[in-house]
Amino acid sequence: MSVMDMVIQAVIWALEVLAITVPIALSVAYITYAERRVIGWMQVRKGCNRVGPAGLLQPLADGLKLFLKETIIPAKANKLLFVGAPVLALVPTLAAFAVVPFGETSLFGLWKVPHVMAISNLNVGLLYLMAISSLSVYGFLMAGWASNSKYPIMGSIRSTCQMISYEVSMGFGLVTVMMLSGSLNLSDIVHAQAGGLLHWYMIPLFPMLLVFFISGCAETGRTPFDLTETEELVSGYNVEYSGMWFATFSLAEYGAMILISLMTSILFLGGWYAPIPALDIIPGIVWLLAKTSFLIFTFIWFRATFPRYRYDQMMRLGWKIFLPWTLGWIFVVGLFIYTPGLDHIINFWLAWR
Amino acid sequence: MLESAFFNLFAGLCVLSALGVVTARNTMHSVMFLVFCFFNAAGLFFLLDAEFLGVILILVYVGAVMVLFMFVIMMLEQKKDELKSSVRQYLSLGGVIAVLLLMEFVAAASSGVFVHGAHATAAHLGQQINNTEQIGQVLYTKYLLGFEIAAIILLVALIGAVVLTIRKRKDAKYQNISAQVKVRREDRVRKVRM
Repeated sequence: MSVMDMVIQAVIWALEVLAITVPIALSVAYITYAERRVIGWMQVRKGCNRVGPAGLLQPLADGLKLFLKETIIPAKANKLLFVGAPVLALVPTLAAFAVVPFGETSLFGLWKVPHVMAISNLNVGLLYLMAISSLSVYGFLMAGWASNSKYPIMGSIRSTCQMISYEVSMGFGLVTVMMLSGSLNLSDIVHAQAGGLLHWYMIPLFPMLLVFFISGCAETGRTPFDLTETEELVSGYNVEYSGMWFATFSLAEYGAMILISLMTSILFLGGWYAPIPALDIIPGIVWLLAKTSFLIFTFIWFRATFPRYRYDQMMRLGWKIFLPWTLGWIFVVGLFIYTPGLDHIINFWLAWR
Repeated sequence: MLESAFFNLFAGLCVLSALGVVTARNTMHSVMFLVFCFFNAAGLFFLLDAEFLGVILILVYVGAVMVLFMFVIMMLEQKKDELKSSVRQYLSLGGVIAVLLLMEFVAAASSGVFVHGAHATAAHLGQQINNTEQIGQVLYTKYLLGFEIAAIILLVALIGAVVLTIRKRKDAKYQNISAQVKVRREDRVRKVRM
């Protein structure tokens, strides 16, 4: 491979990365807009409607405001890690999108075999997602510690405990998906759900869908699990942050929210397949993004509906309810797969048998 | 060429960050260096087509073990003058270990296993061979006994840690959440005729 080939390869990689990150940044901006409008609608008020037609320029104005604000670094803070922490929180979220398959395309019939639209169609995609998304904990821990102040460190320990607790039940929920699909490759998992609504994993794994989505809520620190940013607990790890660095944390939070919604649609809601096979003439990416948008709407809906959990209630839900529940469901699925009289029920969803 | 470039990048960063772990004054910085070191080691696994091991390395060590390390270190107080005295205290023991390790490394490097060209650019197996499946097959057939023993040891350690640290405090007030959730309006509100 010559130097020229390597340069071309590097440019292709850079373009692939941009093709994912730029839409994510834009959709994060407009999810904040949608959130304010939807909550406004649910609470019978207007929401933001002043900047531009129907308030559509509001996210840009917010971005500009945050960009122009001064970033204050506390005098006793550890400067390197204080500045690095928001980046450490954001990068894993963006890196996780590398394995997300957005659909299948044959490029209008140019390719004989349809290609999966993902930067990397990794064999261990599901594990990669679990591993990478668990790394944003470091950003939150670092933010609390580097601020060198008591409230951020309490807040960061609180939110780290929350993230670690819910990761466990999320992981066990994913095990049941692996048991049915027999693969860790995300596009294989979607292929295993082909053939309409009844083949989707939300039918046999409905409790896991609930556990995964609610744990996702807790992972990203959304209401009702937003103890990381509550006023009565003096906010959280981000007390000392201002301006653009503060915005980077919320960018990471909203990016993680998009990721969880995409993952739920891919793992449980049939990915890029239509609910009825006849509707597959509509491109798969439209279906995937529609499912994802609905789940993001559900996140916002939660925020407008539920009061906040108390800390001990949150820990109880993670460890004493979700964990036994997911472990029990793994046992049930295993029992159904290997018991002679019962296996014909679950064979309908078993791609590998 | 691209592959050996990546091998040199990962291996070099791995060694440099490992040096950083030892030399950094701030313990928090050394933890971050160690995390970075694990990342590069995972990159080396990926170059060897062992993507399962690479991802597991990140998931277990970076995602779980190092977070616990960091939790402990965050709670510690750092004292500058104590650092200097402890260096003198452990210098002799550490020196002996370092010399022994160096001798082992030199012996391993000169044994001929790592001749030029044998690193990273090993034969590739292609995507159709799924090494997750291969590892699973071997673990659950050939090495089943060892695997199960390791699992039991981990379980015993887990339960042991809980048993050692759990204590019921008499003065602590616990809330019964299921009772709280079950409360209905009739239990709290009484209609009084005036």
